[in-house]
Amino acid sequence: MIQKSIFPVASVAAALLAAAAGTPAAAVGEAPTDPQIAHIAYTAGVIDIAAARQALAKSKNATVRGFAQEMVRDHEAVNVAALDLVKKLKVTPADNPTSAALTKQAKADERRLAALSGAAFDRAYLANEAAYHKAVNAALDKTLIPSSRNAELKSLLQTGLKLFREHQSHAEHLAAGLK
Amino acid sequence: MRAALLLPALAMLMAGPATAEAAGAAPRTHVVVIDQMRFGPVPQGVRAGDTIRWINRDIFRHTATARNGSFSIDLAPRAQGRTVVAKAGKIPFYCKYHPGMTAVLGVAK
Repeated sequence: MIQKSIFPVASVAAALLAAAAGTPAAAVGEAPTDPQIAHIAYTAGVIDIAAARQALAKSKNATVRGFAQEMVRDHEAVNVAALDLVKKLKVTPADNPTSAALTKQAKADERRLAALSGAAFDRAYLANEAAYHKAVNAALDKTLIPSSRNAELKSLLQTGLKLFREHQSHAEHLAAGLK
Repeated sequence: MRAALLLPALAMLMAGPATAEAAGAAPRTHVVVIDQMRFGPVPQGVRAGDTIRWINRDIFRHTATARNGSFSIDLAPRAQGRTVVAKAGKIPFYCKYHPGMTAVLGVAK
């Protein structure tokens, strides 16, 4: 159980840190561009919304469902703002290996969680949420925010970081309280 | 007709300050702004019966919910709303959706 919940953390963190180290799409040491950053941030939101929808389809725990509803609502709000912003800036989000790695990892997590049910699913979902937000927050803080050039994009990412830190601690708190 | 309207008005004017004094100050409205996942500065000098106007500047839905049940308001993104603080005391409150958002409202009698 513990091994399983650590695994995705490492993978997500590796995928996100690849953005810092430079990926095959960018020369080594090169920071991600704004179109890439926008794509990564949007993808990270889409992944969390999909995970929440899975939780809403599977979980009967009112607390877990409440948290999942909060994830859908908040991440959709950020992604709507992100889409509005890229439209306004006439930026086309650029797919990149970090986004691809995140999506690949999310599919693996989704399959792993699909095999669980009841309290085992609830525990795994919340553990995954805590770990996922932690990894995304580290990437925002260390890479995506410092690398972003456009002030409005940077500001939206900073708002996102405040929100996702709250999500992380909320998930950790709920996970600790689950029997 | 005119005298009938004027007399009560005059009576109210004369009684006004004394009545307000006796019952304490007239209820006031205070503002709390919610922005960037935080409750802004909590107003000082709030008394029981006063109104709090909550302004949500975030793109997220929030609540301001008193832990003692004294008040609770659910605010859509960029929405505002009002609650009347009925009870005196130090009232911790939080956002139900984002429980890390907390603050304390001091309410005098």
